[in-house]
Amino acid sequence: MIRVENLTKRFGGVVAANNISFEVKKGEVLGIIGPNGSGKTTVVNLITGFIKPDSGRVFFAGKDITAKPPHEIASLGVVRTFQNVRPFYNLPAYKNLVIPLYSPRAKSFEEFRHGDRDHIALDLLEEVGFERDSPIPYKPASALPHGYIKRLELARALALKPEVLICDELFSGLSQAEIASLLPILEKLNENGLTLIMVEHRLKELFELADKVVVLEYGEKIAEGKPEEIVEDEKVKEAFLGAEVI
Amino acid sequence: MSELRKERIDRPIKARTDDIYALMGYKEISYLLLPRVLPIAVLLILPLIVPNLYYLRVLNIALSFAILAASWDFLANYVGLVSLGHALFFGIGAYTAGAFSAYFDLPIFVTIPLATLIGATISTALIYPTLKVRGVYFSLITLAFPLLLARLIEATDILGGTLGITDVEGFPNPWVESYLLIFSLIVVVFGLRRLLGEDLGIVLRAIKDNDLTVEASGINVNKYRAIAVFISSAIASFVGAYTAHSYMFVGLPYLNLEYSIFPIAATVVGGMSSIAGAAIGAFILVPLSEALREFGTLRIAIYSLLLMLFIAIRPEGIYMFLWRKYHQIERWVKA
Amino acid sequence: MEVLLNFLIYGLVQSAFLSLVAIGFSLTYGISRLPNFAHGALYILAGFLIWNGLNVWKIGYLPSVILAIVLTALIGYSLYYGIIIRVRGMEVSEVIATFAFSFVVVELLRYFGLFGLSYTLPPFLRGSLEFAGVVLDYQRLIVIISTVALVAFLYFFTHYTKIGLAFRAIAQDEQVAMMLGIDSDKVAALSLAFGSALAALAAAIWIPVSQLASESALEILLYALVVSILGGLGSVTGVIVASLIIGYAQVFTASFIAPHYQMIVALVAIIILLLTKPSGIFGKQKELEERV
Repeated sequence: MIRVENLTKRFGGVVAANNISFEVKKGEVLGIIGPNGSGKTTVVNLITGFIKPDSGRVFFAGKDITAKPPHEIASLGVVRTFQNVRPFYNLPAYKNLVIPLYSPRAKSFEEFRHGDRDHIALDLLEEVGFERDSPIPYKPASALPHGYIKRLELARALALKPEVLICDELFSGLSQAEIASLLPILEKLNENGLTLIMVEHRLKELFELADKVVVLEYGEKIAEGKPEEIVEDEKVKEAFLGAEVI
Repeated sequence: MSELRKERIDRPIKARTDDIYALMGYKEISYLLLPRVLPIAVLLILPLIVPNLYYLRVLNIALSFAILAASWDFLANYVGLVSLGHALFFGIGAYTAGAFSAYFDLPIFVTIPLATLIGATISTALIYPTLKVRGVYFSLITLAFPLLLARLIEATDILGGTLGITDVEGFPNPWVESYLLIFSLIVVVFGLRRLLGEDLGIVLRAIKDNDLTVEASGINVNKYRAIAVFISSAIASFVGAYTAHSYMFVGLPYLNLEYSIFPIAATVVGGMSSIAGAAIGAFILVPLSEALREFGTLRIAIYSLLLMLFIAIRPEGIYMFLWRKYHQIERWVKA
Repeated sequence: MEVLLNFLIYGLVQSAFLSLVAIGFSLTYGISRLPNFAHGALYILAGFLIWNGLNVWKIGYLPSVILAIVLTALIGYSLYYGIIIRVRGMEVSEVIATFAFSFVVVELLRYFGLFGLSYTLPPFLRGSLEFAGVVLDYQRLIVIISTVALVAFLYFFTHYTKIGLAFRAIAQDEQVAMMLGIDSDKVAALSLAFGSALAALAAAIWIPVSQLASESALEILLYALVVSILGGLGSVTGVIVASLIIGYAQVFTASFIAPHYQMIVALVAIIILLLTKPSGIFGKQKELEERV
């Protein structure tokens, strides 16, 4: 579904991504992990068009999307969430979804075109865990606690009915309980055909979800495989723990 | 001794009229209609009550600058594109209208709409490559553009060069001259406010707030910025075309920095982000500068000074101040 | 041969002029990220003060220059605490506020008569020298020499002295500087005063060669902008390199195409620069990464 070939990106003297290649099949869940500064967000930016690579290509369903602008890539169905979520603070939570619902992609779907927009927004929020009959969806985004802001961001992405969803540190800042409540939502989306790429720091929860994991360190891919293989990998352990593990 | 602090709350009548209860009674309806109807009524009467042609001229200048300022406010505060070179749009509209009138003998009711559209198209085309550029750099580029155009006209002697185009047709009568502006001002102010309440407006403001999220949501941010520039430059070109016919002359002065600074000053003084505030600012600054006419270009110093003072001390502007007085009660409460 | 030598020498003069005019602006921005759009107006104001000192208060040339530099620096300092501090942080508002200030100053001066070609300052040294067929008046020679000296001093200052290095440190990371107890407002005000003083110095050195007219304020600002942006804001080396490039380009266009196009070169340069590489030659890279 998504194929990344030899992606390389330099910023001044720093090589943020060096010859990264991997593939995600349709319906798979791929985890991307690595210590801070390993280039995870850079890879997400490269795939979704926010930065252009110095060399290498990105393919989606066989099409070369390397040089495309971000809005076009999102319109094709490859949608990302942001690590530092910034919702539209002065709008109420459900009104935040006006923006994605206004996009050409959202408008191309029957149910989004004809339904009442506010209704659709509330449905989307419910899907990600906003309690329907509470005042929370109506609160201004600035008043939402962190867990809900993250859910709002997820809803924003889902409003585009993506085929591939790339979550950049969705779990960051969330409690174990909150993550536990999000996992079934993501599982269900995956069962219904959504391909997931998740960049994460919370390894335990990610490993429950992921079919395959790619490990980055200092811009290089140092390992790739099933979660149970990765956990045993020496290089991975060293990267995360910095020394030999006894 | 207990401390007192100032508290601001909405007036009861505002709370009532914010909802469906607006139609409850005459008092509520007039509360809503007054701020809208009163200015319109005043504007409509003004040309009839001014004592002589000189004051009529001042009124027209105030009206046209009000429209120009409104277009700047829209672009700067709703789309986030702070243009330091609105004179470019103004000048392009003026030159287009003047050229069509003097060189092609087209009648005035053709040149003005034509100049509005063509001016907007040329302006948007020029600005388009700069849209991807970060905030301050965009402003700097817009600063350079009108100056560059003026120097080019001067150097290549096209479009009348330093002397300008003098054979521009005038308005058939002073009533048309004034009422065209009044009508346009009303359309622009209410139209823009309406537009901003619609989806397009929400998207534009979202772009101003956080363009990356909008882009990631599948919306072509540049396209919408270009649309906003088109709208703003169309309005400014219209004013330029009008002015060309009003003075029956187009020349390098139309690309002067003054036409870039004035809309900023008017908006800051009158009230940023309110569209109507920009118009109020114009109606304050223009008569003020006319009163100081004998001091020549000192008027630019005056409104620059006011601009500086307001931006530093009362950035919310006069409109917001009036809005608060009308809609809210202030009182001292025990802290 | 003579033509070439002429070109080389006068190109150098123009480059020196550009450096003089740009260095104050570039350093003020480099130290405290303050875009001082009053730079051109302060230049003219300083020139006016010198002229006054010379012709009205009659205090002598050197005292007038010193007075002008000190007064202009003071005005810069007070401008910060008076107006700019209230809009600090919003770059566009800072631009608008300082730009508006320049209008106030320039239009006031113009109202009091400072326009047209009637105002000049005498050169420091009358006469000229000639070599290899090229005639160069002493003032222009002084321009070149003093610019070289000034730039060398500033380079040394910002790279090798404690205060200069501190300035550069603050420029790089204001937050760390604040944590270390450095009052960023005071630094900003001082950097504005510093930049204003440099503008005054530039006026003192260059006006004897050109003229004192309020109309030049905008031109000076634009040149300062173009050179600073091309060279990378805050970089002394950048100012040198950029002014050489633009200076020679201008002299080239003026000699071989038409004098009218001098300003056009600068304006086109600004636009192209801002569109392609706004960080300039020696500026820091600012990629999208910093936002996402």
